[in-house]
Amino acid sequence: MAELSVPTIESFTVTLIVRRFDPENDTEPKWEDFDVEMYGTDRVLDALHKIKWEQDGSLTFRRSCAHGVCGSDAMRINGRNRLACKTLIKDLDISKPIYVEPIKGLPVEKDLIVDMTPFYKAYLEINPFLVATDKPKKERLQSPEDRARYDDTTKCILCAACTSSCPVFWTDGQYFGPAAIVNAHRFIFDSRDENAELRLDILNDKEGVWRCRTTFNCTEACPRGIEVTKAIAEVKQAILRGRA
Amino acid sequence: MMSVTIETPNRPRTRKQANWEKYGWLFMRVSGPLLIVLIFTHLVVNLVLGDGIKAIDFAFVAGKWADPFWQVWDLAMLWLALIHGTNGMRTIVNDYAGQVKVRRALTTTLWAVCALLILLGTLVIFTFDPCPAGASAELLASFCPAQ
Repeated sequence: MAELSVPTIESFTVTLIVRRFDPENDTEPKWEDFDVEMYGTDRVLDALHKIKWEQDGSLTFRRSCAHGVCGSDAMRINGRNRLACKTLIKDLDISKPIYVEPIKGLPVEKDLIVDMTPFYKAYLEINPFLVATDKPKKERLQSPEDRARYDDTTKCILCAACTSSCPVFWTDGQYFGPAAIVNAHRFIFDSRDENAELRLDILNDKEGVWRCRTTFNCTEACPRGIEVTKAIAEVKQAILRGRA
Repeated sequence: MMSVTIETPNRPRTRKQANWEKYGWLFMRVSGPLLIVLIFTHLVVNLVLGDGIKAIDFAFVAGKWADPFWQVWDLAMLWLALIHGTNGMRTIVNDYAGQVKVRRALTTTLWAVCALLILLGTLVIFTFDPCPAGASAELLASFCPAQ
Protein backbone atom coordinates (compact mmCIF):
# COMPACT_ATOMS: atom_id res chain seq x y z
CA MET A 1 0.00 0.00 0.00
CA ALA A 2 1.32 3.41 -0.94
CA GLU A 3 2.27 5.60 1.90
CA LEU A 4 -0.18 8.41 2.46
CA SER A 5 1.69 11.69 2.71
CA VAL A 6 -0.07 14.52 4.41
CA PRO A 7 1.49 17.78 3.29
CA THR A 8 2.28 20.05 6.16
CA ILE A 9 1.54 23.69 5.68
CA GLU A 10 4.62 25.72 6.36
CA SER A 11 4.36 28.23 9.17
CA PHE A 12 6.75 30.82 10.52
CA THR A 13 7.13 32.96 13.61
CA VAL A 14 7.12 36.72 13.26
CA THR A 15 7.61 39.46 15.80
CA LEU A 16 5.21 42.35 15.75
CA ILE A 17 6.22 45.52 17.55
CA VAL A 18 3.06 47.47 18.20
CA ARG A 19 2.80 51.11 19.27
CA ARG A 20 0.52 51.04 22.29
CA PHE A 21 -1.20 53.73 24.29
CA ASP A 22 -3.70 53.32 27.07
CA PRO A 23 -5.21 56.72 27.87
CA GLU A 24 -6.22 55.56 31.37
CA ASN A 25 -2.74 54.55 32.51
CA ASP A 26 -0.13 55.90 30.10
CA THR A 27 1.11 59.42 29.59
CA GLU A 28 3.24 58.43 26.58
CA PRO A 29 2.79 55.76 23.93
CA LYS A 30 5.19 52.83 24.15
CA TRP A 31 6.32 49.93 21.95
CA GLU A 32 5.35 46.38 22.87
CA ASP A 33 6.45 43.23 21.04
CA PHE A 34 4.52 40.02 20.38
CA ASP A 35 5.63 36.76 18.75
CA VAL A 36 3.02 35.06 16.62
CA GLU A 37 2.93 31.88 14.54
CA MET A 38 1.68 32.75 11.06
CA TYR A 39 1.06 31.16 7.66
CA GLY A 40 1.83 32.39 4.17
CA THR A 41 -1.79 33.34 3.61
CA ASP A 42 -2.01 35.49 6.74
CA ARG A 43 -2.22 39.25 6.72
CA VAL A 44 -1.14 41.77 9.33
CA LEU A 45 -4.75 41.95 10.45
CA ASP A 46 -4.69 38.19 11.16
CA ALA A 47 -1.61 38.70 13.31
CA LEU A 48 -3.34 41.49 15.25
CA HIS A 49 -6.38 39.25 15.71
CA LYS A 50 -4.19 36.42 16.96
CA ILE A 51 -2.58 38.74 19.48
CA LYS A 52 -5.91 40.10 20.63
CA TRP A 53 -7.58 36.67 20.87
CA GLU A 54 -4.72 34.63 22.27
CA GLN A 55 -2.21 36.91 23.98
CA ASP A 56 -3.51 40.30 25.02
CA GLY A 57 -7.21 41.09 24.79
CA SER A 58 -6.61 44.76 25.52
CA LEU A 59 -4.99 45.40 22.14
CA THR A 60 -7.27 47.89 20.41
CA PHE A 61 -7.69 48.52 16.69
CA ARG A 62 -10.45 49.19 14.17
CA ARG A 63 -11.59 46.74 11.55
CA SER A 64 -14.93 45.97 10.01
CA CYS A 65 -15.09 44.09 6.73
CA ALA A 66 -11.50 42.86 6.93
CA HIS A 67 -11.29 42.66 3.14
CA GLY A 68 -10.08 46.03 1.93
CA VAL A 69 -13.45 47.62 1.30
CA CYS A 70 -14.54 49.46 4.45
CA GLY A 71 -11.30 51.34 5.07
CA SER A 72 -11.30 50.92 8.85
CA ASP A 73 -7.87 49.44 9.44
CA ALA A 74 -5.45 51.90 7.87
CA MET A 75 -2.26 51.87 9.94
CA ARG A 76 1.43 52.53 9.62
CA ILE A 77 3.15 49.21 8.93
CA ASN A 78 6.94 49.32 8.75
CA GLY A 79 6.73 53.07 8.29
CA ARG A 80 4.25 52.96 5.40
CA ASN A 81 0.52 53.58 5.50
CA ARG A 82 -1.36 50.47 4.47
CA LEU A 83 -4.53 48.56 5.21
CA ALA A 84 -3.72 45.77 7.68
CA CYS A 85 -6.24 43.55 5.90
CA LYS A 86 -4.51 43.92 2.52
CA THR A 87 -0.92 43.46 3.67
CA LEU A 88 0.31 39.88 3.52
CA ILE A 89 2.92 39.17 6.16
CA LYS A 90 5.01 37.09 3.77
CA ASP A 91 5.40 40.16 1.55
CA LEU A 92 7.11 42.04 4.37
CA ASP A 93 10.64 41.31 5.54
CA ILE A 94 9.86 38.65 8.17
CA SER A 95 13.48 38.21 9.20
CA LYS A 96 13.02 41.47 11.07
CA PRO A 97 10.23 42.56 13.42
CA ILE A 98 7.20 44.22 11.85
CA TYR A 99 6.43 47.65 13.27
CA VAL A 100 2.77 48.60 13.55
CA GLU A 101 1.72 52.13 14.53
CA PRO A 102 -1.42 54.25 14.33
CA ILE A 103 -1.63 56.61 11.33
CA LYS A 104 0.07 59.96 11.91
CA GLY A 105 -1.32 63.45 12.16
CA LEU A 106 -4.52 62.56 13.99
CA PRO A 107 -4.82 62.34 17.80
CA VAL A 108 -4.35 58.80 19.14
CA GLU A 109 -7.23 57.62 21.31
CA LYS A 110 -6.05 54.12 22.21
CA ASP A 111 -3.38 51.83 20.72
CA LEU A 112 -4.01 51.89 16.94
CA ILE A 113 -7.21 53.94 17.09
CA VAL A 114 -7.07 57.62 16.20
CA ASP A 115 -9.70 60.34 16.39
CA MET A 116 -10.95 60.71 12.80
CA THR A 117 -13.09 63.80 13.49
CA PRO A 118 -10.76 66.37 11.84
CA PHE A 119 -10.52 64.08 8.81
CA TYR A 120 -14.30 63.79 8.40
CA LYS A 121 -14.75 67.51 9.04
CA ALA A 122 -12.55 68.35 6.07
CA TYR A 123 -14.49 65.77 4.01
CA LEU A 124 -17.82 67.35 5.00
CA GLU A 125 -16.63 70.84 4.08
CA ILE A 126 -16.30 70.05 0.38
CA ASN A 127 -20.02 69.07 0.08
CA PRO A 128 -19.52 65.39 -0.77
CA PHE A 129 -22.91 64.87 -2.41
CA LEU A 130 -24.48 65.41 -5.81
CA VAL A 131 -26.07 68.83 -6.27
CA ALA A 132 -28.52 68.86 -9.18
CA THR A 133 -31.62 71.00 -9.51
CA ASP A 134 -33.16 69.38 -12.59
CA LYS A 135 -36.03 66.95 -12.06
CA PRO A 136 -35.62 64.21 -14.67
CA LYS A 137 -38.29 61.53 -15.04
CA LYS A 138 -35.63 58.83 -15.28
CA GLU A 139 -31.97 58.63 -14.35
CA ARG A 140 -29.57 61.38 -15.36
CA LEU A 141 -27.66 60.27 -18.42
CA GLN A 142 -23.91 60.57 -18.75
CA SER A 143 -21.60 59.59 -21.58
CA PRO A 144 -18.85 57.04 -20.90
CA GLU A 145 -16.28 59.78 -21.60
CA ASP A 146 -17.80 62.07 -18.97
CA ARG A 147 -17.95 59.19 -16.53
CA ALA A 148 -14.29 58.39 -17.14
CA ARG A 149 -13.18 61.86 -16.08
CA TYR A 150 -13.72 61.15 -12.39
CA ASP A 151 -13.63 57.34 -12.42
CA ASP A 152 -10.39 57.14 -10.45
CA THR A 153 -11.63 59.25 -7.54
CA THR A 154 -14.84 57.23 -7.07
CA LYS A 155 -12.70 54.45 -5.64
CA CYS A 156 -11.97 56.26 -2.35
CA ILE A 157 -12.95 54.36 0.81
CA LEU A 158 -12.07 57.18 3.25
CA CYS A 159 -9.47 55.13 5.11
CA ALA A 160 -7.29 58.23 5.69
CA ALA A 161 -4.10 56.48 4.55
CA CYS A 162 -3.38 59.34 2.12
CA THR A 163 -4.20 62.26 4.40
CA SER A 164 -2.21 60.79 7.28
CA SER A 165 0.81 60.20 5.01
CA CYS A 166 0.94 63.85 3.95
CA PRO A 167 3.81 65.80 5.58
CA VAL A 168 1.87 69.05 5.18
CA PHE A 169 -1.06 67.54 7.09
CA TRP A 170 1.28 66.30 9.85
CA THR A 171 2.46 69.82 10.65
CA ASP A 172 -0.63 71.79 9.62
CA GLY A 173 -3.86 70.17 10.76
CA GLN A 174 -5.84 72.94 9.07
CA TYR A 175 -5.00 71.60 5.60
CA PHE A 176 -7.96 69.91 3.90
CA GLY A 177 -5.79 66.91 3.10
CA PRO A 178 -5.68 64.65 0.03
CA ALA A 179 -8.80 62.60 0.85
CA ALA A 180 -11.10 65.64 1.00
CA ILE A 181 -9.66 66.93 -2.29
CA VAL A 182 -10.08 63.51 -3.94
CA ASN A 183 -13.74 63.45 -2.94
CA ALA A 184 -14.24 67.02 -4.15
CA HIS A 185 -12.66 65.95 -7.45
CA ARG A 186 -15.23 63.16 -7.71
CA PHE A 187 -18.05 65.76 -7.86
CA ILE A 188 -16.24 68.69 -9.49
CA PHE A 189 -15.63 66.63 -12.65
CA ASP A 190 -19.06 64.94 -12.63
CA SER A 191 -21.03 66.36 -15.58
CA ARG A 192 -24.34 65.89 -13.68
CA ASP A 193 -23.25 68.02 -10.74
CA GLU A 194 -23.96 71.75 -10.72
CA ASN A 195 -21.87 72.93 -7.84
CA ALA A 196 -18.32 72.67 -9.13
CA GLU A 197 -17.75 76.41 -8.69
CA LEU A 198 -18.60 76.32 -5.01
CA ARG A 199 -16.28 73.37 -4.38
CA LEU A 200 -13.48 75.01 -6.34
CA ASP A 201 -14.01 78.16 -4.29
CA ILE A 202 -13.83 76.16 -1.07
CA LEU A 203 -10.59 74.49 -2.14
CA ASN A 204 -9.09 77.84 -3.22
CA ASP A 205 -8.81 78.48 0.52
CA LYS A 206 -5.56 79.33 2.30
CA GLU A 207 -5.62 75.75 3.61
CA GLY A 208 -6.84 74.31 0.32
CA VAL A 209 -5.14 72.74 -2.69
CA TRP A 210 -2.27 75.26 -2.78
CA ARG A 211 -0.88 73.71 0.39
CA CYS A 212 -0.08 70.56 -1.63
CA ARG A 213 3.66 70.27 -2.20
CA THR A 214 3.38 67.29 -4.60
CA THR A 215 5.45 64.91 -2.52
CA PHE A 216 3.39 61.96 -3.86
CA ASN A 217 3.17 60.33 -0.39
CA CYS A 218 -0.61 60.15 -0.82
CA THR A 219 -0.45 58.39 -4.19
CA GLU A 220 1.97 55.86 -2.73
CA ALA A 221 -0.16 55.29 0.36
CA CYS A 222 -3.54 54.80 -1.33
CA PRO A 223 -4.63 51.15 -0.91
CA ARG A 224 -7.07 51.60 -3.80
CA GLY A 225 -4.41 52.79 -6.21
CA ILE A 226 -5.99 56.21 -6.74
CA GLU A 227 -3.62 58.68 -8.36
CA VAL A 228 -4.22 61.17 -5.58
CA THR A 229 -1.55 63.72 -6.47
CA LYS A 230 -2.79 63.79 -10.06
CA ALA A 231 -6.35 64.43 -8.85
CA ILE A 232 -5.12 67.32 -6.70
CA ALA A 233 -3.23 68.73 -9.69
CA GLU A 234 -6.41 68.53 -11.79
CA VAL A 235 -8.31 70.47 -9.14
CA LYS A 236 -5.55 73.11 -9.12
CA GLN A 237 -5.85 73.42 -12.90
CA ALA A 238 -9.64 73.72 -12.61
CA ILE A 239 -9.30 76.54 -10.08
CA LEU A 240 -6.90 78.36 -12.42
CA ARG A 241 -9.38 77.92 -15.30
CA GLY A 242 -12.27 78.93 -13.04
CA ARG A 243 -14.34 75.88 -14.02
CA ALA A 244 -14.20 72.10 -14.05
CA MET B 1 -48.93 60.99 -3.65
CA MET B 2 -46.61 62.63 -1.24
CA SER B 3 -43.57 64.25 -2.65
CA VAL B 4 -40.67 65.37 -0.60
CA THR B 5 -38.81 68.46 -1.61
CA ILE B 6 -35.30 68.53 -0.37
CA GLU B 7 -34.00 72.02 -0.06
CA THR B 8 -30.61 72.80 -1.49
CA PRO B 9 -28.48 71.04 1.07
CA ASN B 10 -25.73 73.63 1.01
CA ARG B 11 -24.67 75.04 4.27
CA PRO B 12 -23.82 78.60 3.43
CA ARG B 13 -20.10 78.75 3.78
CA THR B 14 -18.77 81.58 5.84
CA ARG B 15 -16.43 83.16 3.36
CA LYS B 16 -12.95 83.27 4.68
CA GLN B 17 -10.62 86.10 3.81
CA ALA B 18 -9.71 86.34 0.16
CA ASN B 19 -6.20 85.06 -0.27
CA TRP B 20 -3.31 85.22 -2.68
CA GLU B 21 -2.35 81.55 -2.50
CA LYS B 22 -3.44 80.91 -6.10
CA TYR B 23 -1.24 83.72 -7.41
CA GLY B 24 1.60 82.67 -5.12
CA TRP B 25 1.46 79.15 -6.55
CA LEU B 26 1.27 80.45 -10.11
CA PHE B 27 4.24 82.75 -9.51
CA MET B 28 6.33 79.81 -8.27
CA ARG B 29 5.42 77.77 -11.37
CA VAL B 30 6.27 80.61 -13.77
CA SER B 31 9.39 81.94 -12.06
CA GLY B 32 10.88 78.47 -11.52
CA PRO B 33 11.48 77.60 -15.22
CA LEU B 34 12.48 81.23 -15.95
CA LEU B 35 15.08 81.08 -13.19
CA ILE B 36 16.52 77.85 -14.56
CA VAL B 37 17.18 79.59 -17.90
CA LEU B 38 18.37 82.84 -16.32
CA ILE B 39 20.71 81.23 -13.80
CA PHE B 40 22.25 78.61 -16.07
CA THR B 41 22.86 81.11 -18.86
CA HIS B 42 24.41 83.40 -16.25
CA LEU B 43 26.69 80.60 -15.06
CA VAL B 44 27.73 79.55 -18.56
CA VAL B 45 28.43 83.10 -19.70
CA ASN B 46 30.43 83.93 -16.58
CA LEU B 47 32.28 80.69 -15.95
CA VAL B 48 32.55 78.68 -19.16
CA LEU B 49 32.52 80.84 -22.29
CA GLY B 50 35.49 82.94 -23.36
CA ASP B 51 38.40 82.69 -20.95
CA GLY B 52 36.22 80.84 -18.50
CA ILE B 53 36.54 81.36 -14.79
CA LYS B 54 39.86 83.22 -15.14
CA ALA B 55 38.12 86.09 -16.90
CA ILE B 56 36.12 87.10 -13.86
CA ASP B 57 37.36 90.24 -12.19
CA PHE B 58 36.14 93.75 -11.48
CA ALA B 59 36.54 94.75 -15.10
CA PHE B 60 34.48 91.78 -16.28
CA VAL B 61 31.54 92.75 -14.07
CA ALA B 62 31.92 96.42 -14.98
CA GLY B 63 31.88 95.46 -18.65
CA LYS B 64 28.72 93.41 -18.29
CA TRP B 65 26.85 96.12 -16.43
CA ALA B 66 27.77 98.68 -19.07
CA ASP B 67 25.42 96.70 -21.35
CA PRO B 68 21.65 97.30 -20.75
CA PHE B 69 20.98 93.69 -21.81
CA TRP B 70 22.90 92.26 -18.84
CA GLN B 71 21.48 94.93 -16.55
CA VAL B 72 17.96 93.73 -17.33
CA TRP B 73 19.10 90.09 -17.16
CA ASP B 74 20.57 90.52 -13.69
CA LEU B 75 17.61 92.59 -12.57
CA ALA B 76 15.20 89.81 -13.58
CA MET B 77 17.38 87.24 -11.82
CA LEU B 78 17.53 89.33 -8.66
CA TRP B 79 13.82 90.00 -8.41
CA LEU B 80 12.62 86.54 -9.41
CA ALA B 81 15.12 84.65 -7.25
CA LEU B 82 14.47 86.72 -4.15
CA ILE B 83 10.69 86.64 -4.42
CA HIS B 84 10.73 82.92 -5.33
CA GLY B 85 12.97 82.10 -2.38
CA THR B 86 11.09 84.28 0.08
CA ASN B 87 7.74 82.85 -0.97
CA GLY B 88 9.16 79.33 -0.57
CA MET B 89 10.35 80.21 2.93
CA ARG B 90 6.92 81.64 3.67
CA THR B 91 5.21 78.35 2.82
CA ILE B 92 7.63 76.52 5.12
CA VAL B 93 6.88 79.02 7.90
CA ASN B 94 3.15 78.51 7.31
CA ASP B 95 3.66 74.75 7.66
CA TYR B 96 5.72 74.74 10.81
CA ALA B 97 4.90 77.90 12.78
CA GLY B 98 1.71 77.03 14.61
CA GLN B 99 1.30 80.22 16.62
CA VAL B 100 -0.17 83.16 14.73
CA LYS B 101 2.18 85.66 16.39
CA VAL B 102 5.32 83.68 15.55
CA ARG B 103 4.15 83.11 12.00
CA ARG B 104 3.40 86.78 11.47
CA ALA B 105 6.74 87.87 12.92
CA LEU B 106 8.65 85.42 10.72
CA THR B 107 6.85 86.26 7.48
CA THR B 108 7.13 90.00 8.13
CA THR B 109 10.87 89.61 8.72
CA LEU B 110 11.20 87.53 5.55
CA TRP B 111 9.48 90.07 3.33
CA ALA B 112 11.33 92.98 4.95
CA VAL B 113 14.70 91.32 4.25
CA CYS B 114 13.56 90.48 0.71
CA ALA B 115 12.45 94.06 0.02
CA LEU B 116 15.69 95.48 1.39
CA LEU B 117 17.83 93.15 -0.75
CA ILE B 118 15.80 93.87 -3.87
CA LEU B 119 16.09 97.60 -3.25
CA LEU B 120 19.86 97.50 -2.67
CA GLY B 121 20.45 95.15 -5.62
CA THR B 122 18.38 97.25 -8.00
CA LEU B 123 20.18 100.38 -6.85
CA VAL B 124 23.58 98.78 -7.49
CA ILE B 125 22.63 97.47 -10.95
CA PHE B 126 21.47 100.88 -12.18
CA THR B 127 23.85 103.23 -10.39
CA PHE B 128 26.99 101.16 -10.76
CA ASP B 129 29.87 103.29 -12.00
CA PRO B 130 33.26 101.54 -12.27
CA CYS B 131 35.12 104.84 -12.40
CA PRO B 132 33.33 107.26 -10.08
CA ALA B 133 34.28 110.82 -10.60
CA GLY B 134 36.24 112.43 -7.81
CA ALA B 135 37.56 109.19 -6.32
CA SER B 136 41.21 109.14 -5.28
CA ALA B 137 43.49 107.63 -7.93
CA GLU B 138 44.77 104.64 -5.91
CA LEU B 139 41.20 103.37 -5.38
CA LEU B 140 40.31 103.40 -9.07
CA ALA B 141 40.54 100.36 -11.34
CA SER B 142 43.47 100.27 -13.73
CA PHE B 143 41.26 100.66 -16.82
CA CYS B 144 39.77 103.95 -15.64
CA PRO B 145 40.96 107.03 -17.51
CA ALA B 146 43.41 109.03 -15.43
CA GLN B 147 41.81 112.09 -13.95
